[in-house]
Amino acid sequence: MLFKNDKAALSVLAVLAAISLIIPLCNLIFSPGSPLYFSAYTVSLLGKYITFALLGMSLDLVWGYCGILALGHGAFFALGGYAMGMYLMRQIGNRGVYGDPLLPDFMVFLDWKALPWYWHGFDQFWFAALMIVLVPGALAFLFGWLAFRSRVTGVYLSIITQALTYALLLAFFRNEMGFGGNNGLTDFKEILGFNIQSDAVRACLLMASGLILILAFLLSRWIVNSKLGRVVTAIRDQEMRVRFLGYRVELFKLWIFVFAAMLAGIAGALYVPQVGIINPSEFSPLNSLEIVIWVAIGGRGTLYGAIVGAVLVNYTKTLLTGWAPEIWLFFLGATFILVTVLLPDGLLGFWQRRLQEQKQ
Amino acid sequence: MNGLALKPGQLDVSHGPILYLEDVSVSFDGFKALNNLSLYIDAGELRCLIGPNGAGKTTLMDVITGKTRPDTGSVFFGQTIDLLQMDEPAIAKAGICRKFQKPSVFEMLSVFENLELALATDKGVWATLFAKLTGAQRDRIEQVLETIGLVELRSQPAGILSHGQKQWLEIGMLLMQEPKVMLVDEPIAGMTHQEVERTAELLLSLQGERSIVVVEHDMEFVRSIAKHVTVLHEGSVLTEGTMDEVQNDPRVIQVYLGD
Repeated sequence: MLFKNDKAALSVLAVLAAISLIIPLCNLIFSPGSPLYFSAYTVSLLGKYITFALLGMSLDLVWGYCGILALGHGAFFALGGYAMGMYLMRQIGNRGVYGDPLLPDFMVFLDWKALPWYWHGFDQFWFAALMIVLVPGALAFLFGWLAFRSRVTGVYLSIITQALTYALLLAFFRNEMGFGGNNGLTDFKEILGFNIQSDAVRACLLMASGLILILAFLLSRWIVNSKLGRVVTAIRDQEMRVRFLGYRVELFKLWIFVFAAMLAGIAGALYVPQVGIINPSEFSPLNSLEIVIWVAIGGRGTLYGAIVGAVLVNYTKTLLTGWAPEIWLFFLGATFILVTVLLPDGLLGFWQRRLQEQKQ
Repeated sequence: MNGLALKPGQLDVSHGPILYLEDVSVSFDGFKALNNLSLYIDAGELRCLIGPNGAGKTTLMDVITGKTRPDTGSVFFGQTIDLLQMDEPAIAKAGICRKFQKPSVFEMLSVFENLELALATDKGVWATLFAKLTGAQRDRIEQVLETIGLVELRSQPAGILSHGQKQWLEIGMLLMQEPKVMLVDEPIAGMTHQEVERTAELLLSLQGERSIVVVEHDMEFVRSIAKHVTVLHEGSVLTEGTMDEVQNDPRVIQVYLGD
């Protein structure tokens, strides 16, 4: 069974389901004066946390289970976000500042006459939805194929994943790339024909994010509980030994890396309509490092640890950056060091061990 | 085989040996780990390799299993399969399996799961994702658990096993792969006297159906299992023969006691 005696996983799922169902409903049903009312701001904020949770969980598959410390995972998130952003840009139609029916504002501003070839198709949601998983998946496949086949591992692999996301950051900053340069894509109006600013759409986006996270969690959990999951864990602990058992280690790494990149792409696509913008800073190497910190703080190799870590760290970030923004990075760094040194299994690992000790 | 045509990749041991190593040399930064080594292992035999530290025993296993590519020489599995054209998973799949010097079991996985991973079956990514144990496969795992004496510890993580039990588990993992050749590097390191005896019994019971190559330092143990012993020294074969012949060979005495 998928949840044999795993109360932690079940509780995380239950809380997740409750948040993504009750809070948007309260936002829609109750009026601002009511004590049960949650503001649109809260709804968007929670939606954002949930997409981060999905992103963290996808990294946990790669890092926590397969031992690949990928420091460029944010790149896949950003690519998924850009694919969604392109769809949302095409939905603006002639309501942009320049009123061009086909070209997004930034292209008119750059005096472009035609839509670049890679922007075609993004007016269709199904096409964008496909690209949201295919583009990050293809990049992960290409990168992983080269890296894993050449048996690049450990710190070298980590460094080139950082280089990958940094290269994309620089590329997306360029106006010639056709992705809006440093401003990125923004000023979205509609998603699937509904006003993206409306409370109902925000509530639906939170519900959708919660639902997708739950489904992704169940699927990931099924994968790590399968024999493939055990092979992947074995690769993490003794890569050479797995090879001598007759498994093509590089293909297993590639599979889990591509799957995780696709999940990260979906997370990015859910993130963009809820924050209203995607720009190249999402490719920043620092973002990718933060994902690693979420997972480390929550606890590696459990999936739900990454979910809790992502939400907890980002909630703290929201509080702290509102109160004293200059100390946030110091705080994050210090927490990371403390957790790594004192709680190698993360907060959830620590908590579970305490519970076990109490039982005995 | 009597003149029957072999399919490519099919093992042919009709001439006796199952492993042919000829003029194999490996050097690391100028140090010759293997120096024109030639060695033949017969189908079904139990061979012991001995030799002082640095004689090239582990490098030899690395070459056979594809971990290290030799600079020169040829390595054949039967008469037809060129091992130098294959990588580690392909060689493992062809039927050459290896136990490492340091017991290498997956400590986070249970004893049962360790054996399950080793099980000879389709090891492709998708097949592994959807893999379900059949009744026959389950029986086979039970049988091997019995053979290696770990039935009671089946659901325990392999990390809690004693050193000797880990060695057995790894031998069990080799058995699960249904190998034609088992390369066993230092199987009794860290074992108690009784464990050593049981290991000797186990290895003796396994020969015949498959070839076993054992690397070991413990001369008493080697004497108890091997009919045929090969002595390596400075990367090549110093001498071969029965344990008595080898032990009375003045060159061997000099290598072990000299300088």
